[in-house]
Amino acid sequence: MGQRILVLVGTKKGAFIAESDTARRSWRLRGPFCETWPINHVVADPESGTIYGAGGNEWFGPAVWKSTDLGETWTHSSDGLAYAEGQEPIKAVWSLGVRDGRVYAGVQPAGLFHSDDQGQSWTHVEGLQRHPTRPEWSPGGAGLILHSLVLHPDDPGKIWVGISAAGVFHTADGGETWETRNRGTRADFMPEDQRYPEFGQCVHCLVMAPGRTERLYQQNHCGMYRSDDGGRRWDSIEAGLPSSFGFPAAAHPRDADTLFLLPLNGDIKGRFVPDGKAAVWRTRDGGASWQDLRRGLPQENAFFGVLRQAMATDRLDPAGVYFGSSGGALFASADEGENWDCVAQHLPSILSVETLVVDR
Amino acid sequence: MAELRTQQAPAVLVRLPTVLTILFPGAPPRVELRAGTVAEAIDGLNQRWPGMGDRIRDSSPAIRRHINIFVDGRKARLETKLEPGVQMFVLTAISGG
Repeated sequence: MGQRILVLVGTKKGAFIAESDTARRSWRLRGPFCETWPINHVVADPESGTIYGAGGNEWFGPAVWKSTDLGETWTHSSDGLAYAEGQEPIKAVWSLGVRDGRVYAGVQPAGLFHSDDQGQSWTHVEGLQRHPTRPEWSPGGAGLILHSLVLHPDDPGKIWVGISAAGVFHTADGGETWETRNRGTRADFMPEDQRYPEFGQCVHCLVMAPGRTERLYQQNHCGMYRSDDGGRRWDSIEAGLPSSFGFPAAAHPRDADTLFLLPLNGDIKGRFVPDGKAAVWRTRDGGASWQDLRRGLPQENAFFGVLRQAMATDRLDPAGVYFGSSGGALFASADEGENWDCVAQHLPSILSVETLVVDR
Repeated sequence: MAELRTQQAPAVLVRLPTVLTILFPGAPPRVELRAGTVAEAIDGLNQRWPGMGDRIRDSSPAIRRHINIFVDGRKARLETKLEPGVQMFVLTAISGG
């Protein structure tokens, strides 16, 4: 039986789906979906094929969109997706994750919800709000957002979240209690003697290595890091990169030592790809060394960025790698980053990229 | 008791923008219902099209920041009273880019 690869794209004005066969040479684009709402993250439940889109509309507030027919039709719901009366209302849904049918949603202002009925209704994971550091959380440039959701593949109690700019938090009991997991990550924007705080770091993206659940990678506003103990201790792996600043990180589907990054030129110079030349950077050894991958990517006058959720891999072999730019271009590689093609352009600013492989 | 109050409430006409009705298949641009206040009218809309209330009103609770509701030519709040036969306009504010 043949397979189809769907690249799920969230943009500032709707969701899109780029589709190909396993060769990943020619692509067909569908969209915009979700009534052109800003869609921060689009993910799929690999078991059911259900696609979820996280969004927030300036007029109508937050909602999670859903399609059970691979994007042909969509519905939305925000039933239960609210804090208590009197608290700051939820502005948008920023991140989604699915594990064993349960859907998780990270929101702005930072909080976590889950749904056990495929997104029809939502329940607040209140434990995160009870963390003693909660009153001191400060927003990052995009607001106080819970943008990274890492779900342990085997242990339903274990979740890691990344919050800008509060840092990484971990629960081992399904969300009742949480602890900070930021030791070793820098906060260069703090006074000199306070640059390694317990919390308050500006984590940009958090991913788990495949088959090695204690290994996490983190792109931070201030550096690139790896942890081999579930985030208790982080070590810098930024040596060899053109910049310590970037947003996305994408893990390989099978190799725990392989990771893809897209460093930008720093936080005060436009946040473009360095020198106007686009490159994905790959490590094959857990961050000990890095290789720039440029073939097929723009090598002059490229002034775009790539946001925190806008790079992904697929599960095919060799793995596909994808990223979407702030300028609305979607790039794809079918050979683990060696060669690249622009498979869609002139889209709205791309906020997220994820993949789904389905049997025809 | 609340149902009795709604039954006795004035009949009003609610006008909805297309950008809202397209989110709820079958929702028309003009809706007749009984409501004594703007909040009750939103409740009535939500009863007919579950979820529509969330699109108009946030959890504060308040009318969403970029939604305007006009009653009798004046900008209304959730507690604004509705007189019999009045039209309640739900409008999207100018925003976006």
